[in-house]
Amino acid sequence: MAYSVDFNLRPIMELELESLRGDDTAQDSMKGTGLESGSRETLEMEVLTTEGRDRLASQMSDVRERADERSEESIQTNLLVRKRWSTTTLRVLSSMPSRSIGQQSRLEIISQCNIRSTQLRRYHRQTQDVSLSSRPSIRGYGIEADSEDVCEEETKRQELVNNLQSLSAGDRVRLLRATPLSLAEKTKLRKLVFSDKVGQSLLSSQVPCCSLLKRALCHIWFGCLFILSSLQLWQVALKRLGGRFGTGVLSYFLFIRTLLLFNVFLFLINGLFLVLPQAIYPPLHTPSSHRVTGLELFTGTGYLSNSLMFYGYYTNSTINTSCRPDEATAGTGCGTTSDPHMMAYNIPLAYCFTIGITFFITGIVLVYSMSKSFGRSFRVFKSQGNMAIKVFCSWDFKVSKKMSVRMQSENITTQLKELLSEVKGGEEEKGRLSGMAVHLLAWSISLGSTFFCALGIHCFAKYMHLRRLEDAEGEVSVLHEARLLALPGVVSCGNLLLPGLFNLVSWMENFNSPIVRLYVSIFRNLLLKVSILGVLCYHWLGKIAAEPEQHGLQCWESFVGQELYRFLLVDFIFTALYTVFGEFIWKRFSQGVLRRRRKPVFDIARNVLELIYGQTLTWLGLLFTPLLPAVQILKLLLLFHMKKSSLLVNCQASRKPWRASQMSTLFISLLCFPSFLGAIVSVTYTILTIKPSSGCGPFRNLPFMFHSGKQWAQELKSTNHKLAWLNWVHHCLVENPLFLFLLAGVFLMVIYIHTQVLDGQRKTISLLQKQIENEGKDKKFLITSLQAIHEKRQYPLSPSSRPQGSELWRKWSLKGECTYFSLKNTGPLWPKSTNWITGLSLRISALT
Amino acid sequence: MGNKQTIFTDEQFEAYQDCTFFTRKEILQLHGRFHELAPHLVPLDYTNQPDIRLPLALIVSMPELKENPFRNRIVEVFSEDGQGNLSFNDFVDMFSALCETAPRELKTIYAFKIYDFNVDNFLCKEDLEKTLNRLTKGELTPEEVNLVCSKAMEEADLDGDSKLSFSDFENMISKAPDFLSTFHLRI
Repeated sequence: MAYSVDFNLRPIMELELESLRGDDTAQDSMKGTGLESGSRETLEMEVLTTEGRDRLASQMSDVRERADERSEESIQTNLLVRKRWSTTTLRVLSSMPSRSIGQQSRLEIISQCNIRSTQLRRYHRQTQDVSLSSRPSIRGYGIEADSEDVCEEETKRQELVNNLQSLSAGDRVRLLRATPLSLAEKTKLRKLVFSDKVGQSLLSSQVPCCSLLKRALCHIWFGCLFILSSLQLWQVALKRLGGRFGTGVLSYFLFIRTLLLFNVFLFLINGLFLVLPQAIYPPLHTPSSHRVTGLELFTGTGYLSNSLMFYGYYTNSTINTSCRPDEATAGTGCGTTSDPHMMAYNIPLAYCFTIGITFFITGIVLVYSMSKSFGRSFRVFKSQGNMAIKVFCSWDFKVSKKMSVRMQSENITTQLKELLSEVKGGEEEKGRLSGMAVHLLAWSISLGSTFFCALGIHCFAKYMHLRRLEDAEGEVSVLHEARLLALPGVVSCGNLLLPGLFNLVSWMENFNSPIVRLYVSIFRNLLLKVSILGVLCYHWLGKIAAEPEQHGLQCWESFVGQELYRFLLVDFIFTALYTVFGEFIWKRFSQGVLRRRRKPVFDIARNVLELIYGQTLTWLGLLFTPLLPAVQILKLLLLFHMKKSSLLVNCQASRKPWRASQMSTLFISLLCFPSFLGAIVSVTYTILTIKPSSGCGPFRNLPFMFHSGKQWAQELKSTNHKLAWLNWVHHCLVENPLFLFLLAGVFLMVIYIHTQVLDGQRKTISLLQKQIENEGKDKKFLITSLQAIHEKRQYPLSPSSRPQGSELWRKWSLKGECTYFSLKNTGPLWPKSTNWITGLSLRISALT
Repeated sequence: MGNKQTIFTDEQFEAYQDCTFFTRKEILQLHGRFHELAPHLVPLDYTNQPDIRLPLALIVSMPELKENPFRNRIVEVFSEDGQGNLSFNDFVDMFSALCETAPRELKTIYAFKIYDFNVDNFLCKEDLEKTLNRLTKGELTPEEVNLVCSKAMEEADLDGDSKLSFSDFENMISKAPDFLSTFHLRI
C-alpha cells in the first residue's frame, strides 16, 4: 500500500510544484523587465490569481492585448471580493490545483499535458514490464524544468514532445486532440512531435482496418438502436407533448403507456392460455334467441353474455389433444377416460392458474418498478446540485430553430420555477387559527360529500337491483336493458362531479404551497374512488355473490363481469364527454363569451386518478371477464389520442409546479397500493371463500374455486404415477402455509439487508461530506497562518518570505494528498487524480 | 476530391485530422461554411495559410449559432485575439471542441470558459445571473433569479468561497449525464 501511495503521489506533487514554479518565474520576469514592484498598480497585478501567469505567457511569446484589459477589469472585481491578502499568499492560493485548471496559460496546459503523457507512458510501460520503474525519469524532468527561467516553455514543450514521441500513435493523437490549446499551437506541437515521421499523418498511416471495421459496426449498431427506439410506442407524439407542456403532462401520457403495456401483457397471457384453447374447442351451447339491438355492446348482455367474454361461457371440461372437436363439445370432456400418457388441458385449472400467474407477475413488475422509481426520486430528492445542473447543463446547444429555442427556454423557465417552488414550499410555515378553521371546514365538506356519495351509490344499487328483479319477471325489453346502465352512469357522474367540488374547496382553502395542495387534492380524489369501489365490491361480492338465487341469477360471476364491463365503458364515455364539453366547449365559451385569453388547464391529478380507477376495474374484472384487458386496451388507445388532440387544441400548460420524477413515483405507488392490492384482495377473497355458481363456468360443482387445483392433483395421483410428485409439490406449496411463511421470511430478510446497506452508505456519505468540510476548514486555517507568517516576515526582511511560504504550502499539499489517499485505500483507485476534493466528491456521487 | 482547385494541401489535411476530431470531408465542409460567410474575404485557396479573421458579427449570423443565447461567448472563447474575430483555425477549433466525439474533459473546460462571462476564472454570482437571464430570456423575476443563483451556488460550491472554481464545475458536470449530448453543435 505504501508503495502505491508513493507512486501516485508523485505526479500530483510535481504538478503542484510546477505551477508554483511557474508563478515564481512570473514574478521574477516581471521584476526583470523593470516593472516597479513598489507601485500600487503592480502590486494589484500580482495580487491577481492568474493574470501574473497570463502576463508571463504574453511576455514569453506573442503579446496579447486582451490580457491587460482583462486584468484591468478583474482587478476591480477581485478587490471587491477579496480581502487584501499579501501578494505571496495570493500567489500560493492561485496556484492551488483546484483553482488553476479553469483558465490556464499555455505553459500550464503544456505542463499538465506533460504529466498526463508521462502517466500514460508509465502506464504502458507498466503493462509491458513491471520491474521497470519510471520514477527517475519524472524526477529528472522536474530538475531539468527547474533549471531555466526564460526558455522554460521551450524546455517544457521539448519535454512534452519527447514524452509524446514515446507514446503510441493512437495515444499521441488522442492526447493532442484533447488538449485545450488553440489549433495553431497544436499544429506546432504536432510538427515537432511528428518530425520523426515527416509528412505522414498518424491517423492516415496507422488506421488499421480493424478500427475501420469497428467504426462501421458502430454505425450499424447505432442504426439498430435508432430503429429500436423509434419502435417505442408514440415516441414522436410524446416528444411533442413533452416539449410543449412540460414533464408533468408528459408523465400522464407515459402513465397511459405503462398501463397499456400492463394490459397487453394481461391480454396476451389470458388470450393464449385461456381464451384460445376454449375458442378452439367451443362448448356446446344453445343457439341464443336474443335480438340484436346494438345495446348489448354497452350492457354486455344478450349474445355477448354467452361468449368468450365472460366467465359463464367457459366449461369445466378437459381438452385432450387427441379428442375431436365434436367429441370435446360433449361437455365433460374425453380426456379423463382416455390414455393417461396423453397431455390433457384442464380448463378450470388453466383458468385458475392463468389468473393467478398474471396477478403474480403483474404484482412483481409493479413492486419492482415502484422500487426503481422510488430509488430515482429519492436520488433526485437527495441529490445536491440539481439546480446548478439545471442552470449549466440543461441548454441544448444543438437546437437552432427559433421556435424550438423559444420552447426550450420556456421549458427551462418552468422547470426552474418548479424547483424554486419546491425550495420555497419547504421553507414556508403557517398555522393561523382561521386557516385551521377553513381547513377543518374543507375537510368536513370533502369527507362528508364522499360519504354521502358512497351511501347514495349503495342505496341506488340496492334500488336498481330490486327493479331488476321486478323486470326479470316480465318480458325483457330494451328499456330494461338500458336500465342496467343507470348504476354505472350514476357512479361516473359522482366521479365526475365530486372532483370539481374538491377543486372548489381547495381553492377556498388557498394553500400556500402548491405541492401540498396537489397532495391534498390527490388524497381526496383517491378517497372518493376507494370508497366508491369499496361500496361496489361489497355490493357485488357481499350481497350478490353470497345469495345469487335470491337475486334471481343463474350465473352471478357473469353478472358481476358484465357490471364491470359496463362500468368501464360508461367511465370511458363520461371521460370522452368531459373532454368534449369540459375542455372544448368550455374553452370556446370562455374565449368567446367571457373573452378571457386563458385556456383551461389540464388537470393531471384528476386524469391520472381516473386512469387508476379504470385499471382497478380491469383487475377486479379479470376473474369474471377474461377479455376485459382487451376492452381496456382499446379504451386506453382511444383515450391517448383523444386527450392528446384535446390538449393540443384546448389546453394550456399547467401553472402548477410538477416534478415529473416524483409524480410518476406517486402514480405508480398509488397504482400498486390501493388499486392493485385492493383488486388482489377481493379476487383472492372470491377464489377462497365464495361458492361459485353451480350452473355455469369452469368451477361448477365445486365448493370453492381453488378446489379445482386440489381435484386435479388428486386425479393426477390416481391416473399418472410418474407425475405424482406434482401432487406433492402442489400440496407443499399451495396448501401448506409453511412454504408461504418461508417465502415471506426470505423476502423480509432481503428487504432488511437492503435497508441496512443503504443506511451504511448514507453514513459513509455523511462522513465523507464532513471530511470535505474539515478539509475546507483546514485550508482556511492554513491560509490565515500563511498570511500571518508573511506579515511577520515582511517587516524585518521582505524579499525572503517566499521559500517559507512554499515550504508550508508543500506541507499542506502533502497533508491533503495523504488524507485523500488514506480515503482512497477504502475503495477502487481513481482514474485521474489532480485534485483531492474532486476525488472526494466523486466518491460521494458514486455512492449516491 | 473532384475539385480542380486545391483548398488544402495533404499536409494541412493531416494536421487538421490529427489536431481536431474532423475528417477530411468535414474540414472541407467547414471551409465551405467559412467561405460562405464572407466570399469576398475568404479565399478558396488556403494552401499558403492566409491570416484572415472574420468578425464576431459575421460568425454569429450562422444558422447554427444565430438563436443560441450564448453565441457571443462561444465565439469570444475560441477567438485567438480575444476580440471575437475568428480565423479559420479558430473556427475549426470551435466546432471541434463542440463536436460529438470531443471528450468530456475538453468540453467541460470550454463550457466553463463560456459561462465565465467576466473571464476571472471563477463562476461568480454575476456570471450565474447572466447565464440564467440568457437561458430564460428574462422570464424570471429578479428575486427568482437571485434565489436560483444562491441555491445553485450553495449546491455546487464545495469549498464555500461562494464562487465556483473549475473543480467545483467539473464535479457538478460529472453528475449530469446528458451534458455530453447537449454541449454539442452540429455543422
